[in-house]
Amino acid sequence: MSVVRVLFSYLIFPGFVFTAVIGLFLTWIDRKVTARIHWRVGPPWYQPYADFLKLLLKETIIPEGSSKILFLLGPVLGLVAMTILAVMLFSMNMNPSGTFVGDLIVIVYLLALPPLGLMIGGSASKNPLASVGVSREMTQYFAYELPFLIAIATIILKAGGSIRFGDIILAQQANGPFLYSISGVIGAIVILLSTQAKLGFVPFDIPEAEQEIMAGVYIEYSGVALAMYRVVRGMMLFILPLFLISVLWGGFGDWWAILKFLLIVVLIILIKNTNPRIRIDQSLRFFWLGIGVLSIIGLVLAVYGL
Amino acid sequence: MANAKLWGLKKSPWVFHVAAASCNNCDIEILDVLTPRWDVERFGIVLVGSPRHADALLVTGVLNRKSLSRVLRVYEQTPKPCLVIGVGTCTCDNHMFAPSYNVVGPYDKHIPMDVYIPGCPPKPEAIISGVVKALKRL
Ligand code: SF4
Repeated sequence: MSVVRVLFSYLIFPGFVFTAVIGLFLTWIDRKVTARIHWRVGPPWYQPYADFLKLLLKETIIPEGSSKILFLLGPVLGLVAMTILAVMLFSMNMNPSGTFVGDLIVIVYLLALPPLGLMIGGSASKNPLASVGVSREMTQYFAYELPFLIAIATIILKAGGSIRFGDIILAQQANGPFLYSISGVIGAIVILLSTQAKLGFVPFDIPEAEQEIMAGVYIEYSGVALAMYRVVRGMMLFILPLFLISVLWGGFGDWWAILKFLLIVVLIILIKNTNPRIRIDQSLRFFWLGIGVLSIIGLVLAVYGL
Repeated sequence: MANAKLWGLKKSPWVFHVAAASCNNCDIEILDVLTPRWDVERFGIVLVGSPRHADALLVTGVLNRKSLSRVLRVYEQTPKPCLVIGVGTCTCDNHMFAPSYNVVGPYDKHIPMDVYIPGCPPKPEAIISGVVKALKRL
C-alpha cells in the first residue's frame, strides 16, 4: 500500500471523514426516533451538522488554572482511537485473510481510549461537578468492562482460540455466525448492554446526568472541543454496532449487514427511550452481579460448544 | 464560509436558563415551551445544562443586588457570540418591583440584551416568537 492510500484510508474512507459524517447522521436518527416516541416532530436531518458548524464558530474557553494540554487531549484521544478502529474494522471485514495484523486485544484497548480521554479531560477541567462525573465514569467503566471482557473471551473460545480478527470472521463464514447458538445470544446481550454504557446512553448516562450534575464531565467544554466530543459520540454509535456485527453476526461483507446494523441501532435507541436513569451503585450491581454472571454462564456454555 | 457559520448558529441555538430571582411563573412558561407539545427541537433549540454550551441565555425575573453579580458571571462564562433574551415584563422595566430598594435593573443597564419578551408571564407562543426574532437579528 502506498502512503497516499494509507492516508486516504485513515482520513477519508473509512477513516475520519466517512465515520464522522455517518456518525453525525446516526445521532440525528437517534434524536428523530426519540422525538417520534415522545409524539413530537423532531429536528430536521441537517441538525447535527448545524450543531457541529455552530460549535466550530464559537469561542473555545479553557478554564482558568487548568492544564491546557490535558484539557484538549480528552476529545482528541477519543477521536484518534475511533478513527483507527474504523479503519481496522473495515479492512478486516473487506479482506479477512489479509496480513494486516489486528487482534481483539488492540480493539479492546482502543475502545477503552474514549472513556479514558473523558476522564483525563474531565479531571483537567477543575470543576467540582466534572470531578463527580469523572468518578462516576471511572466506576461505570469498571462496571461494564468486566462482562464485556468475558464476552470477548467467549468469542475467542468460539473462534477456536484465535484472537486474530480475521480468523474470527473467517470462522463465522465457514460455520455460520456465532450468534446462532445459546452462548452467542448471551454474548450479544452482554455486548449490547456494555455498548449502551460505553455510549453513555440512558439508563447508563450516570456520568453526565444532566438533571443532577449538569452534563458532568462535559461541563467546562465549549466550542471546538465540545464539537469533537459530539463527533466522537457519533462515531461510537457507528462503530460499536459494527463491532458487534463483526464478532458475532458474521461480519459485514454483504448488503444484509445494513439491515442488521439498523436493527441494532434502533434497539439501542429503544432501550435508551424506555428506561429511566439508574444510580451508580445500581449500575455496578447490574453489571457485576446480573450481566457478569450471565456472561460467565455464556463462557461455560461456550466451553461445552453450545 | 461566514454564511455557513451564520446558518449553523441560526439553526442550532442552545439555550441556558438563567433564573435570576423571578417569581417562578416565567420559568414555568419556559419549561412549557420545552415540552413535546411545543417541540422546539424542530428548530434545533435544546436546553443545555451548562452555560459553556449555551448560545442564548434566557433571563427571567427582576435584577436585584444579589442576583446581579451572578447573572454577570454566567454571562461572562458563556462563549461568545451569545444572545441574551429577557423573558417577562420584569426584565423589561422592573414591573411592579420598580419602587423596591433592592432592585438594580432593568437588565440593559448591565449587559447587552437582544430581545425582550413582555408578558406576565408571556405565553409559550410569545416566547418562541421572541427567540425567532432574536435569531433574525443575527
Ligand atoms: S414577569 Fe411576571 S411572571 Fe415573570 S417573573 Fe416577573 S412577575 Fe413573575
